[in-house]
Amino acid sequence: MSIGEVVVESHPSDTLLRADRLPHILCAGCGIGSVIHTYVDAIAASGIPLDQHVCVSGIGCSGRAAGYVNVDSYHTTHGRAIPFALGIATYRPDLHVTVISGDGDLTAIGGNHFIHAARRSVGLLVLCINNFNYGMTGGQAGPTTPMSAKSRTTPHGCWERPFNLPFLTQSLGASYVARWTVLHVRQLRTALLRAMNKEGFRFIEILSPCPTGFGRPNNIGDGLSEMQNYLRRCEVNNNIDLHKVDIDLTHKDSPIYVGDFVDVDRPSFRPHIAHHATAQ
Amino acid sequence: MALEDRVVAGDHFMLGDHACAEGALAAGLDFYAGYPITPSTEIMEHLAERLPMVGGTFVQMEDEIGSVAAIIGASAAGARVMTATSGPGFSLMMENIGLAAMIEVPIVIVDVMRASPSTGLPTSVGQSDLLQARWGSHGDYAVIAYCPASPQECFDLTIAAFNAADQYRVPTFVLMDEIVGHMTERVFVPQADAIPRVNRKRPSVPPGSPDFLPYKADEDLVPPMAHAGEGYRVHMTGLTHDERGYPSLTAQTHEKLINRLVDKVRLNADRIVRYELVQTDDAEVVVVALGCTSRSARRAVALARMQGIRAGMLRPMTMWPFPQTVLKELANNGIVKRFVVPEINLGQMCREVQRHTALPVIRLNHPGGAMITPDQIVEALAQ
Repeated sequence: MSIGEVVVESHPSDTLLRADRLPHILCAGCGIGSVIHTYVDAIAASGIPLDQHVCVSGIGCSGRAAGYVNVDSYHTTHGRAIPFALGIATYRPDLHVTVISGDGDLTAIGGNHFIHAARRSVGLLVLCINNFNYGMTGGQAGPTTPMSAKSRTTPHGCWERPFNLPFLTQSLGASYVARWTVLHVRQLRTALLRAMNKEGFRFIEILSPCPTGFGRPNNIGDGLSEMQNYLRRCEVNNNIDLHKVDIDLTHKDSPIYVGDFVDVDRPSFRPHIAHHATAQ
Repeated sequence: MALEDRVVAGDHFMLGDHACAEGALAAGLDFYAGYPITPSTEIMEHLAERLPMVGGTFVQMEDEIGSVAAIIGASAAGARVMTATSGPGFSLMMENIGLAAMIEVPIVIVDVMRASPSTGLPTSVGQSDLLQARWGSHGDYAVIAYCPASPQECFDLTIAAFNAADQYRVPTFVLMDEIVGHMTERVFVPQADAIPRVNRKRPSVPPGSPDFLPYKADEDLVPPMAHAGEGYRVHMTGLTHDERGYPSLTAQTHEKLINRLVDKVRLNADRIVRYELVQTDDAEVVVVALGCTSRSARRAVALARMQGIRAGMLRPMTMWPFPQTVLKELANNGIVKRFVVPEINLGQMCREVQRHTALPVIRLNHPGGAMITPDQIVEALAQ
């Protein structure tokens, strides 16, 4: 068998993906493909018609997700996926809008929109694929890069404290907060299904290998090695205090906590209805 | 909600900013997202009150970047959308204006111009965003920009902006200035059925049809638009894309796409352009002025005529596309000997006038904070 040889004519997910755009542009060992596939798998299982799903992305490797899913999909500007999605979700509250983007896009350049959308309880499911660096531009540090990690812009190690995203989003009032890795596809699928059927701002951080941009300078090895790292270090704890879920790469034995952390009822932002209620 | 609830027909004594907001309501505004900024805030405040009462959605965003991104998203879902701002906020919107141009999602942005750059004179007049409106986002693209000179035109041209945005699928601006925005005058609002309405073109084939290509343009260079949630499964991207909407990162695709984005306004310019001519039939000197400055210029033309100067005025009501055809006709009619261009900036429209004529063009500028007076313009006309 040679690379590029057609082995099977079709795949069960072909109708959920823009199969005519495959193969994707992502590197070998990247976890974004797993996220996209788990997302479309959850769409199929959600019971929500395909035409009521909308996918919005920002810019970067994870920002390419919108281009591969066979729903109405929007690949927007860097950091602005959330306000773009707010426009859709607020005007058409019957649609199920999912934002898929990266850690840099959502929490650095898009950080202001991120916190305000969560505060407002905008009816969005936000998937943050966290690979600890800016992959598309070749491996620079971002606000999730762990302390001491090396990157193209932290050649001597990163000495800024990174975000603890589950703790942040919980404090902002998100109705659902989870963290999984691309190793945990079944748990992620369950989390996606739960989150798709909830109101309010729902957030799932998905740790994902980036062997090209993050693994190489930090001697993690290839994508498989990073997955083995997750297998060894991840500890499921759904009830942990979220201020304790910082990710520490300097101490190789410290656990990476994953789980379905927050699941509360909070209605989605509906400015129109709110105004009407008070106007009467 | 019935259109009648949106259109407050009759004669009003109305602030320019409020007339703009009423124009947006009459035009069918569904979704407004904005951030407060002087001297445009009255538009936002008025819509915060009025828009939810007629079934629309009003959102105060965290900043102007979020505002413009939100209206692009809502428009992609089928809404008629607007935001209003002033120079600093307009600057923040530039990147996403390029996105709206690239993915051809209609948006209306009102920029009530104040004395700039930077924070400048926040409560005072300026007209210095004219070139930014045309060229502010990176790359080549086209926009449409209306320039009202009265509260009545704030109403009328805001409606025109919504229709043009939908017809051509381009970012469309209403470039007001602080004087016009904060001026109160008579505004006539016609009956609801007399409000002009041009809707965006919609797909002629049902969802799922293999014939549907979201970026295949018709002869007018504008593709029909499918909205989120209709089943067409569109993909929109700011990357260079083909007729399917898929990224196609080649020079050939880029050339075809960008030329079309620019040509759909350039080749339709004569249909889009609006202007007013005042006493130009026998004019030897023509003042070219817009917004509040055109009000001084109108008075100056009358005063100059009393002094025996054969003066006239060309008043662009669209800055972009610029009324270059009529300007060239005036320049070549054998009567006009020179142009005078007063404007509250240091020569932005003057450059555009100079591009279209070899006749002398006299600049009359103030960087902002004060109007140019009729006497100053008469002096320039008499030169």
